[in-house]
Amino acid sequence: MEDQKMKLHCGFIFSNWTAMFGLHEKSLDFELVFVDWVAGEARTKTFLSNLNPFGQVPVLEDGDLKLFESKAITRYLAEQYKDVGTDLLPNDAKERAIVSMWMEIDTNQFLPLASTLIRELVTKPYQGLATDFTSVQENKEKLSEVLNIYEARLGESCYLAGESFTLADLHHLPPIHYMLKMEEEGVKDLIYSRPNVTAWVEKMQSRPAWLKTVVKGDHIFELMKQRRMPMQLDSPCQEVTGLAQKTAMVTENT
Amino acid sequence: MAGIKVFGNATSPSTRRVLLALHEKNLDFELVNIDLKDGEHKKEPFLSRNPFGKVPAFEDGDLKLFESRAITQYIAHRYESQGTNLLPADSKNPAHYAIMAIGMEVEAHQFDPVASKLVWEQVIKNFVGLTTDQAVVAEEEAKLVKVLDVYEARLKEFKYLAGETFTLTDLHHIPVVQYLLGTPTKKLFTERPRVNEWVAEVTKRPASQKILK
Repeated sequence: MEDQKMKLHCGFIFSNWTAMFGLHEKSLDFELVFVDWVAGEARTKTFLSNLNPFGQVPVLEDGDLKLFESKAITRYLAEQYKDVGTDLLPNDAKERAIVSMWMEIDTNQFLPLASTLIRELVTKPYQGLATDFTSVQENKEKLSEVLNIYEARLGESCYLAGESFTLADLHHLPPIHYMLKMEEEGVKDLIYSRPNVTAWVEKMQSRPAWLKTVVKGDHIFELMKQRRMPMQLDSPCQEVTGLAQKTAMVTENT
Repeated sequence: MAGIKVFGNATSPSTRRVLLALHEKNLDFELVNIDLKDGEHKKEPFLSRNPFGKVPAFEDGDLKLFESRAITQYIAHRYESQGTNLLPADSKNPAHYAIMAIGMEVEAHQFDPVASKLVWEQVIKNFVGLTTDQAVVAEEEAKLVKVLDVYEARLKEFKYLAGETFTLTDLHHIPVVQYLLGTPTKKLFTERPRVNEWVAEVTKRPASQKILK
């Protein structure tokens, strides 16, 4: 029986980059299926019943297995494909516990703040909505305190869970990548004013798997732009259909 | 035998998550009380255990951890052969593990933020003499309904959230569910037959009873 390629249902949001990053670290072939969630494509009956009842991307299909939640996806890839590509999880129970801990820190301490900044400064403007600058200021301040702890940690070891790159580090790079693109004063500085954090980010940014992820991620953003232009109150609404297709866009993984 | 210590507060849901796992595994441990009212979790020596200033922190011999869901996962793996199995029946199968992992992520991302706000408004605020904001309760209950509807559909197919056996996915929900059962939000559980059964099942477990004492 012919091996079926994995499919990643993917849209415009950093957690999609995380899933792609994991796939590239594992040197795995996959088909990228673009889902325009901004236009509601993740909330159709088909999507909710076949892929993710919570109506979110990314969703990974590996044979009959359908997985959502980026941390469940990357953990699956790390275990199922342990012998291929980069080893993303240590074998030892205690070392693995430290990786789990930093993934929880990402979920509970870092990401709520970073994703709010991304929503306010990237997603909302894209959708033509107003940024809440009070929220931005609050989250910048809290994120600064959190990053002080990361700075101290990364002074003790090269990566968050020890001397090797693991899933814990992988999950941080996509939101940080978005933060580093923000024009808003002081956001880039949250990273660049901290030498250990900066060194960690720059090491990760030079990984071949990351470079491939950026190419794919930027491609998804281009697909989004070709679908539509944001609504402007003072100009006619334009719908750029061009290359955009309702059907899946297939990209070969190189 | 290595000494297990939990640095936390017996009323905190996150601390209870860890205590549940330890009780399910029949493990001996010491609970070192951290006085939250006194801000003990925001000062030394606790900050050296968790620089983010949140309970619980954990020790097993020379291993030091924090974040309740990392601790429970460690306990489930390290003591896999003892007490209740908190992992899927075929835990070495990455696909089966992934299904449990999805459930754990859903609890952390979809259920807990909403359910915890409801506990804050209706339980903690009352306890410290503040007034419940009913508008927030209504807003958060509307979000919780959407999550519980997905759970209802899920539990029609399977006995527990990750399959036919009780796992970490179910365990992680218990402390917050227990608090919500003491509030009007309870109706959201009782209105859904399978969710209602699941709540009754998981809260009647001996370990679940132990953490309420």
